[in-house]
Amino acid sequence: MTIVERQSTTVERRAGAALTVRGLRVDFTRDGSTRDVVRGVSFALEPGRCVAIVGESGSGKSVTARTLAGLAGSGAVIEADEISLGARDLTSVAEHDWRRIRGKQLGFIQQDALVSLDPLRPVGREIEEALRLHGWRSRSDRRRKAIDLLRAVGVPDPERRALQRPHELSGGLRQRALIASAIALDPEILIADEPTTALDVTVQAQVLAQLETAKARGTSILLISHDLSVVAQIADEILVMSGGEIVEQGAANDVLTAPQHPYTRRLVDAVPGGHTRGERLAPQDLTTPNLHLPRAASAERDDAVLEVRGVSKRFAGVTAVDQVSFTLGRGETLGIVGESGSGKSTTARIALALESADEGEVRLLGTPWSGVPERQRRSLRPRIGVVYQDPLSSFDPRWTVGRILSDAIPADAGLTRVERTRRVADLLAQVSLPAETRGRLPLRLSGGQRQRVAIARALATSPDVIVLDEAVSALDVSVQAQILDLLIDLQREYGLSYLFISHDLGVIHHMSDRVLVMTGGRVVEEGDADRIFRAPEHPYTRALIRSLPKPV
Amino acid sequence: MTVIDVARATRSRARLDPALLASLAAVAFFLVAAVVPGFLSPHAPTALALDEALEPPSFAHWFGTDQIGRDLLSRVIHGARESLLIGFGAAGIAIVAAIVLGTLAALGGRVVSAVVSRAIEVVFAFPILLLALLLVSILGASAWTQVIAVGVSTAPGYARMVRGQILSAKNAGYVEAARALGHSPRRILTNHVLPNAIRPLVAVFTMALGQSIVWASGLSFLGLGVAPPSSEWGALLDAGRAFIMQAPWLTFIPGLIIVVFALAATTIGSRIQQNLEKGE
Repeated sequence: MTIVERQSTTVERRAGAALTVRGLRVDFTRDGSTRDVVRGVSFALEPGRCVAIVGESGSGKSVTARTLAGLAGSGAVIEADEISLGARDLTSVAEHDWRRIRGKQLGFIQQDALVSLDPLRPVGREIEEALRLHGWRSRSDRRRKAIDLLRAVGVPDPERRALQRPHELSGGLRQRALIASAIALDPEILIADEPTTALDVTVQAQVLAQLETAKARGTSILLISHDLSVVAQIADEILVMSGGEIVEQGAANDVLTAPQHPYTRRLVDAVPGGHTRGERLAPQDLTTPNLHLPRAASAERDDAVLEVRGVSKRFAGVTAVDQVSFTLGRGETLGIVGESGSGKSTTARIALALESADEGEVRLLGTPWSGVPERQRRSLRPRIGVVYQDPLSSFDPRWTVGRILSDAIPADAGLTRVERTRRVADLLAQVSLPAETRGRLPLRLSGGQRQRVAIARALATSPDVIVLDEAVSALDVSVQAQILDLLIDLQREYGLSYLFISHDLGVIHHMSDRVLVMTGGRVVEEGDADRIFRAPEHPYTRALIRSLPKPV
Repeated sequence: MTVIDVARATRSRARLDPALLASLAAVAFFLVAAVVPGFLSPHAPTALALDEALEPPSFAHWFGTDQIGRDLLSRVIHGARESLLIGFGAAGIAIVAAIVLGTLAALGGRVVSAVVSRAIEVVFAFPILLLALLLVSILGASAWTQVIAVGVSTAPGYARMVRGQILSAKNAGYVEAARALGHSPRRILTNHVLPNAIRPLVAVFTMALGQSIVWASGLSFLGLGVAPPSSEWGALLDAGRAFIMQAPWLTFIPGLIIVVFALAATTIGSRIQQNLEKGE
């Protein structure tokens, strides 16, 4: 594989580089077989700069980060021509010396603060512990420093928060506490492995701002991310990894705006957003040009397939959904966007009549859908399908793909065994899965293949409406692109209506004709997708769109 | 090129699991003993040889002999059938009762579910041995009583397990997916909930088998099981007790056999469970 290297990058040892890596290789040995996970990674990280490694799952980016943090784990065989921290050669450092270097010279931030922080220890104590191990003697000094650090990373009311345990903090505060403990000893280098992946977009913006502040103070940052828009915000240099190798390496702006390697180009093209509306995200094959897809003409309102009128839902006194109303027209995609706890998923469940509303009314295809006995609803259920974020848990673990799909075909379709088998084959073909997928267990499929099976199952009943609840959120960007393309193709072919729920503004903008913005259980803004993204009216929508990292 | 040995590559682990292999071999041996004891045993189990009474283990008599010169190894082998039948019977009763009660407790109407759940909990609160003793004293000592007493006494624990399995299967994502497809509750129950709840019971049954044999031999040891001429393992244990000072092997070896069988069954059961959890 050719490495596309820009003139700006030379991996020769540069004077003053904080971290130099040349020819890093990592192999994992298990059960006698060896897998080479990282094959020849080289870069130089200078003080006050940020190098980002981007790639999809299995690209080796996280292993690279963990190896450099000394956390490669057992079974890893690490080879390198050079790894040096400042002037110090790390290739001969033994395991127990790593621990001293970590923290003092290297800070490591993981994706999930909940697993990295001690659940029984207040977060302030966690930071104090790091200080103590590195020679801070006085207890009151440590305490003061810990509170200062929490304040520095933007934790409000740090005196109180320092005494709380990780589970008492929100995801964003936890992540900031973890950053505080990583920067406690003012390390020269911060290694951040997907630091914002589990966070809401407004919180993500705050965490990225903290990393920028650290960078401005002269800390070098090695950022690992699958998300190009996050990388675009703070990286100076980008390494694109695929299959354990670097396929492209160069200044951030060059790589993002004029990618050279086909893989990078595909990755950049696959990021959805306003500018990709009506276009394919994933290349189909090289012979067909990238067709502009004509979008369905805006739906006529009198042809409403799903009407939701003033529904509310309370759980244990907390209002999850508050007076939500919307109408979904035939062939239309209505996006619901919101952060965690906004009530968007509960709204979806009410629309599916899997949850009953305390107030309000839902009508499906003009007939009452809420407030009627389940027995009466059952005959209409095939008209509305659902695809979840985690398809695996929605499949019976004992069943093969063929049985799952066959079981979803309504009994009143009156098909013979042979016709049923043919219908299953058709469904697999519609979602571009090979016919032999029929005999496989979902557990043995990749994430993208599973989501295709889930879509095929939703299609099995020939529905009018499909509710997609964070259906692409767990997928790699190139797989997400394929699934989004597939959904648009299916919509055009069958005139499907989508209720598309996502926290991802780019995906929402790409997919939706109209958008509902939800926060705290209420719809704060509703309107045409382009209008909402171009000229948001409600302050919350404005804040949401402002915190969206600039599209690449 | 420098090689950093941060963490030495772990040796490839042996694919064969010695504990599992040993357990399978032990259970297979006892099953053969139960079906064709004559094939394995060196002597007839009732062959007297008064001149060889209370001999310690030797090449002629691997497990030694009892007070009337019967070969202990042959008696252990011939006792396997009765011991295993009691074990299988008791475990079978326990599991079947547990499935019925657990299903009622999880899926019955409000009244049925409340009554069955409370009943299970009340019975569960009694110590197993006490309950078994009570049943034996009502029904009179025999092999059948032993099966019933052990089966009934251990059932509540398994019933609670079944109830939990069904409740968690009921809340699984695939059940909601089936509801969203418009499938009837009955169809969801027979297609998804029961099969997924009962599948782990294969492992539970294997472990229950080992447990039942321990409890049953406990009853025999207390003289509340099968009568002396039988060479059921618990009965052997009981018979050996009188000679524990002169011939400790008469107590020790049958006890060891019970432990080996229970351990083997439990090991197999827990491996089945691990594999089910891994989704194999």
